[in-house]
Amino acid sequence: MTDLPARYPGQTQLGLVIDLDLCVGCHACATACKEWNTGGHMAPLPDFNAYGDGAWGVWFNRIHSFEEGEGDGARTVHFPKSCLHCEDAACVTVCPTGASYKRAEDGIVLVNESLCIGCKLCSWACPYGAREFDADEGVMKKCTLCIDRIYNANLAPEERQPACVFVCPTKARFFGDLGDPNSAVSELVAARGGKDLMPELGYRPTNKYLPPRRARPYVDDLAPQPLTALLAEAQSAADVANPLLRWVDRLLSR
Amino acid sequence: MKLRERWRDYWSPREQVDTSPRVSDEVKYTTCYMCACRCGIKVHLKDGGIRFIEGNPRHPVNRGVICGKGASGIMQHYSPARLSKPLLRVGERGAGEFREIEWDEAIATAVDWLSTIRTEDPRKLAFFTGRDQSQSLTGFWATQFGTPNFAAHGGFCSVNMAAAGMYTLGGSFWEFGEPDWERTKLFLMFGVAEDHDSNPIKLALSGLRRRGAKFISINPVRTGYSAIADEWIGIRPGTDGLFVLSLVHELLRADKVDLDYLGRYTNAAWLVIQAPGSADDGLFARNEAGEPLVLDSAGGLTSGLEPGGKARVVGEAQLPDGRRAVPVFQLIAERYLDPRYAPEAVAPVCGIPAETIRRVAGEIAATAFGQEIEIPVAWTDWAGRQHSSMWGRPVSFHAMRGISAHSNGFQTCRALHLLQILLGTIDVPGGWRYKSPYPKPAPPGPKPAGKPGQVAPGTPLAGAPLGYVMSPEDLIVDGEGRPQRIDKAFSWEAPIAAHGLMHMLIRNAANRDPYPIDTLFMYMANMAWNSAMNTTETMRLLTDKDPATGEYKIPRIIYSDAFYSETVAYADLILPDTTYLERWDCISLLDRPIGGTDGPGDSIRQPIVAPDRDVRPFQDVLIELGARLGLPAFVTPDGAPRYPGGYKDYIALHERSPGIGPLAGWRGAEGDAQGKGAPNPKQLDRYIANGCFWKYELPPEQLYFKHANKAYLEGATAMGLIPAPEPIVLQLYVEPLQRFRLAAQGHGPVQPPEKDRARIATYFDPLPFWYAPFEETRTDPGGFPLHAITQRPMQMYHSWHSQNAWLRQILGQNRLFMNRVTARALGLADDDWVFVSSHAGRIEAQLKLMDGVNPNTVWTWNAIGKRAGAWNLAADSPEFTKGFLLNHLIGETLPGRDGDTALNADPITGQAAWYDLRVRIEKAPAAEAGHSAPHFAAFGHPRSMAPPPDIVRYGARLGRDEQQDAAE
Repeated sequence: MTDLPARYPGQTQLGLVIDLDLCVGCHACATACKEWNTGGHMAPLPDFNAYGDGAWGVWFNRIHSFEEGEGDGARTVHFPKSCLHCEDAACVTVCPTGASYKRAEDGIVLVNESLCIGCKLCSWACPYGAREFDADEGVMKKCTLCIDRIYNANLAPEERQPACVFVCPTKARFFGDLGDPNSAVSELVAARGGKDLMPELGYRPTNKYLPPRRARPYVDDLAPQPLTALLAEAQSAADVANPLLRWVDRLLSR
Repeated sequence: MKLRERWRDYWSPREQVDTSPRVSDEVKYTTCYMCACRCGIKVHLKDGGIRFIEGNPRHPVNRGVICGKGASGIMQHYSPARLSKPLLRVGERGAGEFREIEWDEAIATAVDWLSTIRTEDPRKLAFFTGRDQSQSLTGFWATQFGTPNFAAHGGFCSVNMAAAGMYTLGGSFWEFGEPDWERTKLFLMFGVAEDHDSNPIKLALSGLRRRGAKFISINPVRTGYSAIADEWIGIRPGTDGLFVLSLVHELLRADKVDLDYLGRYTNAAWLVIQAPGSADDGLFARNEAGEPLVLDSAGGLTSGLEPGGKARVVGEAQLPDGRRAVPVFQLIAERYLDPRYAPEAVAPVCGIPAETIRRVAGEIAATAFGQEIEIPVAWTDWAGRQHSSMWGRPVSFHAMRGISAHSNGFQTCRALHLLQILLGTIDVPGGWRYKSPYPKPAPPGPKPAGKPGQVAPGTPLAGAPLGYVMSPEDLIVDGEGRPQRIDKAFSWEAPIAAHGLMHMLIRNAANRDPYPIDTLFMYMANMAWNSAMNTTETMRLLTDKDPATGEYKIPRIIYSDAFYSETVAYADLILPDTTYLERWDCISLLDRPIGGTDGPGDSIRQPIVAPDRDVRPFQDVLIELGARLGLPAFVTPDGAPRYPGGYKDYIALHERSPGIGPLAGWRGAEGDAQGKGAPNPKQLDRYIANGCFWKYELPPEQLYFKHANKAYLEGATAMGLIPAPEPIVLQLYVEPLQRFRLAAQGHGPVQPPEKDRARIATYFDPLPFWYAPFEETRTDPGGFPLHAITQRPMQMYHSWHSQNAWLRQILGQNRLFMNRVTARALGLADDDWVFVSSHAGRIEAQLKLMDGVNPNTVWTWNAIGKRAGAWNLAADSPEFTKGFLLNHLIGETLPGRDGDTALNADPITGQAAWYDLRVRIEKAPAAEAGHSAPHFAAFGHPRSMAPPPDIVRYGARLGRDEQQDAAE
């Protein structure tokens, strides 16, 4: 019911690239997001039953940890998830009031709280579970891509990044213009085979995930040298009988 | 407004977004204290409150990043569990009934109790300080008071790691050394339970993966850091030492050891006397000057300290008295070439295929002896010889609690250091590097004080209560060999207890063993709950009364904490501390500073906001107590307080020795001295202006080979970091251990009690060896077939204050994780409630099945379960109803064998063997499912502690003001 902005080639589309090869699941991005945004554009991000049973709150960024694969190929994956700022954002088109909208100039999906009637249609429409309902104020909230940081003239230029990117201790998160094929983030996605989350659903998410590299038994310049071969080289028959003999003539110099 | 415009507003999705809101009114720098990592932070203040906390990009520890816990600091600072007034217990201990008192009364009460003790017998004060980062003050205060009964949390954390490193390298993993993260090509990480350290290790692992260096994680559990390793080796807990020695076996067999390095920097060629039964068997053969001897190329004996001398690596030497001696390296080769260390032999014990062990050894060899790194930086060694470049083998190691918290942890860590040294990877490019102020002599001094004769009424202790013993003569025991400290550190039960044994404190104090104490004074350690072994029993001991008198067996307990933790309810007098954003602190070179591999550094905390409660920084209170008690260093000659401004004054003005004080930066009247210099009254201003830290960058020629680098050793001496510019010889063979063993064999004037003799003789081996963890051998393997261990979740790393409105949403109930295959065999399913039993007790927990865990192992997140009534949480909180502690199952002692009991600890250091735990798992009947056990009755809380809010709307005002401003 709400229109998406017109699309054209090269349109700016800001978003995140998340490297699952580096994420250790430390939750720094989640709590830094919470910390920035609870006093930011969509303030507050309330917490309910904060000191009792059933504590839950509004979080724009959550980490899911799971295992995949079997045997030697099995691994543990830490998967941070926030709004993916889809090109075909169903959360926007479903909105009956125009509260949910996608910005033409940078592709960020936002909610205009003053228009939101809390009907939750957007959270039903979002296949990624990225919408967060503030039951205290009765409005929907969501990741703003830190719109109050990325353009903020009161911050140093290097700090004009989403909080989750700025803090990440393993540098597993990147921010940039995914609409520009020559941007650093687009090149990273191309180089590492970045993936859409659930592309089959057709929402064309902007955020990309870099898949965990397969367990690498060896780095390229470290071709394995089985020690058995080294042994054959090192040991004469006498060595096998008394391995100490091979060091008998060795002198150490201090 | 015209209707037409309103209509357009409604149908247009656009809103006015203020993309440049005012961020903060003021930014203040300080040091984080959400865990022990000491990251630099920037705190943004807005409208009188804290807007947000971020990492300081210039800070050497975290370089701008912040962790999940650090970014939740706001919720810690504003926690409803904060204490707000001094408390005096009025009900029974553990009931949580208090009278709120004024500070005057609190201080007067403490002074009254403590002055009597000091006048009569200072040992009757036991002062233990948990995760205290002010140990250079608290330890000094204890010394001034005159009690030997001081320590912090190291004994239950990682003293095995620290001691093994100090006696071997004069440095250690984590705080005193780290891999050469920028250059290493193969990195092996052992037993990091998502712990030490936080941001630096995250930054480093990320860098390793980007560079394509290989990262192998050896850990029973595949979470966190292990999840991004190239290879995960799911070893059986407590067998890492055997795995490492098997790697040593393979490398020796293939002659892949760096003999040149061993000759230059280690005691590999020193001769060891081989004379079983004699009083100096196993000690180094020495000349009249006391210098160790080596066997020269002509078969003669020469000093091993001579530069350039040639020494045999194997060979038989005949000493002047006709006895035999052989080089250390020969003992190493003979021991580890033994087939019992062959991959096939150790594979079934470690749960690692022999082929994997052999392959890892091959990768280590291929990297160390085929991928060498050379840096074109000239340097001069200790003997004045010039070297045109710095050259290293790029294999590195890191290890932490998974190695340390076992009863074989000291020797396992020694095994790791042996492997590092044999590869020639200590303080070389690509290897493992010392962090300033290390290296220090191995081991560093001084020796601990507290022997009979060193303790006297009204008198300071003769030296610091913690230190490094070199021989039985240094033990803190009496003429009969009885312990003289309440925790029995430096006794025959725990001779190399370099960090003390805080985990034995409450048990010993309640048992009046070795003697009764009067006052237990603790800070910042939750000893009535998650920091205690055998928590149920610990709570009983804290409330145990003497039937004859009706008095508590531990007569008085003073505790300082910022929060209403479980331990507060068990204390008699509570001194409420501030949060970390309301205080001065110093992260001192006299304690555990923020030095890096590239040079020394230290840092401070400054008050960011003023307390809004009637609380005081603990260190201020301690200094005031020191002055009121008349402790010599805390009063002027005429008896007035020496530091009237509290800790702030002390940090800037105190001198431990001439020119050496708590902070090393900006010393001297003009602030232009580093390391040594007169106190500078403006020193703290300089720190604040620099973001609250000081860092000295070593020049390139001092960055490696610090243990033998002339320029480094001279510079470190000038700065006061080491006593003299002498080379530090790496101790493959640790002679002090042999001195203890000789005593146990009946030699020497200081003899162990009979009950300790066999243990000392067995475990004080001067070369590392592996033995099964004690609990495994002292309990029925059929009855308790599984290992049980814990990890700290990264977002809650370090547990002294873990109630946080945001973090508890991420993890409010811990589960018991079990391998799916194991569960199937036991007939257990995901989410089942199970009984977990050990020799010490039984708990109930809820299962979670996974694949990435050793099949013989179950594990959980530590310190999530809490005691009802504590932390100002509602009674239905999952921390109480479903969370659990493994601690109830972990005894301080193990079941007896032939009537005796053994400490559940490392026999060398006394380190708590948390991870030795063995358990049995059974499904709980349906009637008992759905809740954790044991469950203790809720205790009360101070009247001033307001009920916590149902809804937290933190930041509402900050954000809304901004939006209104923008709209206006």
